[in-house]
Amino acid sequence: MAAIEILDLEKSYLVGFWRKRPKLALRPLRLTIEEGEVFGFLGPNGAGKTTTLKLLMGLVFPTAGSARILGSDMDEPRVKSQIGFLPEQPYFYDHLTARELLNYYGQLSGVPAKGRAARVEQMLTRVGLSDSAGMQLRKFSKGMLQRLGLAQAVLHDPKLLFLDEPMSGLDPTGRREVRDMIQELRHEGKTVFFSTHILSDAEALCDRVGIIHQGELRGVGAVVELTSQKQGKVEIIFCAQAVPAALTSLGGEARLSGDMVNAVLPEEQQDAALEVLRRERLKLISLTPVRSSLEEYYIQKLRPTEGRKEKEEDRKGVGV
Amino acid sequence: MNSGRTNANARIGYIAFNTFREAVRDRVLYNLIAFALLLSGAAILVGEISIDVERLVVVNLGLTAVSLFGVVIAIFIGIGLVSKEIDKRTLYTVLSRPVRRWEFVVGKFFGLTGTLVVNTVLMAVGVFLALLYVAHKFEKMDAWVLVALYFIVLQFLIVCALALFFSSFSTPLMSAVFTFALFVIGSLAEDLRGFARITSGVGGWLATAVAYLVPNFSALNVISQVAHGDPVSGRLILYNSVYALLYSAMAISGAVLIFQRRDLK
Repeated sequence: MAAIEILDLEKSYLVGFWRKRPKLALRPLRLTIEEGEVFGFLGPNGAGKTTTLKLLMGLVFPTAGSARILGSDMDEPRVKSQIGFLPEQPYFYDHLTARELLNYYGQLSGVPAKGRAARVEQMLTRVGLSDSAGMQLRKFSKGMLQRLGLAQAVLHDPKLLFLDEPMSGLDPTGRREVRDMIQELRHEGKTVFFSTHILSDAEALCDRVGIIHQGELRGVGAVVELTSQKQGKVEIIFCAQAVPAALTSLGGEARLSGDMVNAVLPEEQQDAALEVLRRERLKLISLTPVRSSLEEYYIQKLRPTEGRKEKEEDRKGVGV
Repeated sequence: MNSGRTNANARIGYIAFNTFREAVRDRVLYNLIAFALLLSGAAILVGEISIDVERLVVVNLGLTAVSLFGVVIAIFIGIGLVSKEIDKRTLYTVLSRPVRRWEFVVGKFFGLTGTLVVNTVLMAVGVFLALLYVAHKFEKMDAWVLVALYFIVLQFLIVCALALFFSSFSTPLMSAVFTFALFVIGSLAEDLRGFARITSGVGGWLATAVAYLVPNFSALNVISQVAHGDPVSGRLILYNSVYALLYSAMAISGAVLIFQRRDLK
């Protein structure tokens, strides 16, 4: 069963003071996420990622289209008890302590009273907040709030998680911990739908990614496929005091860094390059085919094509 | 882990308790200090210049203060009950759980009215202590003070519901203005009804419509009556109870209808 089925979901807002006119935030979006999948929703700021998540959470209402989550309508309470949500830059009741907040959310999510306190402590430990559990949230740093946000999202052991920019506001250690946590969730069989504009996170974590820009889904693909496409080039790294002149004549680029040379050459020049290294008795460190990166795919999808350019000129003012 | 067995009543209770806890921790009950100072000052002053009206003054002043302090709290917290949660985005992690929007609104309403009831009970203790101080004993007619306090709580129900209703579609400032204006007009509702009776034509129709549409706070004000030791009829108690419950239910329903359709940007 598909975990999320988005069927031409569309959102526009009315803007303007006197003469209200619609501003499109999300063009009809059709997307299916399978159970157990980690899906990265990528796009620059203002691309429509948060709007999509808000639509799926029932926080804003679609102008057209619909979505089904775990086989049911998205506003069904039974479904919502199977969902965990981390909003972007989460805000919580700052009069509560971390422990009280999780207990409150546990109550609302239907976590049984028996065992709720233990579950809360377990979650606080999991996100490294057990020492601050009794502190009011008004004294929490941004990073601590983000960790607490993750704890509240997984507190009730949901099947499906929606995480909006889960790494934002975290230091490198915190980011690493969140990445590890998402990996753990994958191993537990959870479906994770997360938005980000940090491509390295998506590349490390996602099974598939979708690129959204100016409210339009520009492409969807499996990360393994996107990053395994050969580009017809090879990267050769070898030890040398200078870039051999014979190598530069083969085309491509070579640069010296310390006592190592990093050269990128057309694939058909691979044998000739190895011959140069043998002849000059240089030590080969590695030879790898150059593959496309997620970044290239992302940039390519964000670049307006001719058809799109025309459309964009027709429809200015998109992107919330 | 997830039993999914919580029902709407339980969720409303959790939201109400959280609202109450927030009000207490945000030091809303600190108004009791000002109230205590006001009342004890008045009681001492009245005791000094005793001319057999101590009871009248203490009941009048005490109950008026209970009403005004409560109305101010009801308006200023009521207007932010939902709008503050939208602005601060605390609502996102609540509504993404199995909580319906109407449950949230009703829970917030009960939380605030619960806060006001506790506040009123504590103030009532103060009023009775002041009464004891000036009169040295309780009398049978002092029981009517409890009825006046009950009516004041009914006023709070309506004021909270109106503040919530206005805040569901307008800014906090405008909501405060609208609610306070309705409180003032509603306190003159009996006069407005009298005016409507003696006015004819379109003006009469209009005055009648306004007189019956605004909440009748004047019927809920028996402070002067009980200060003089006059009883309150059981019929009025019943009428006011039903009226306040229906009026608040209507205002809350309006707030829910608007909030159900609102995008949380």
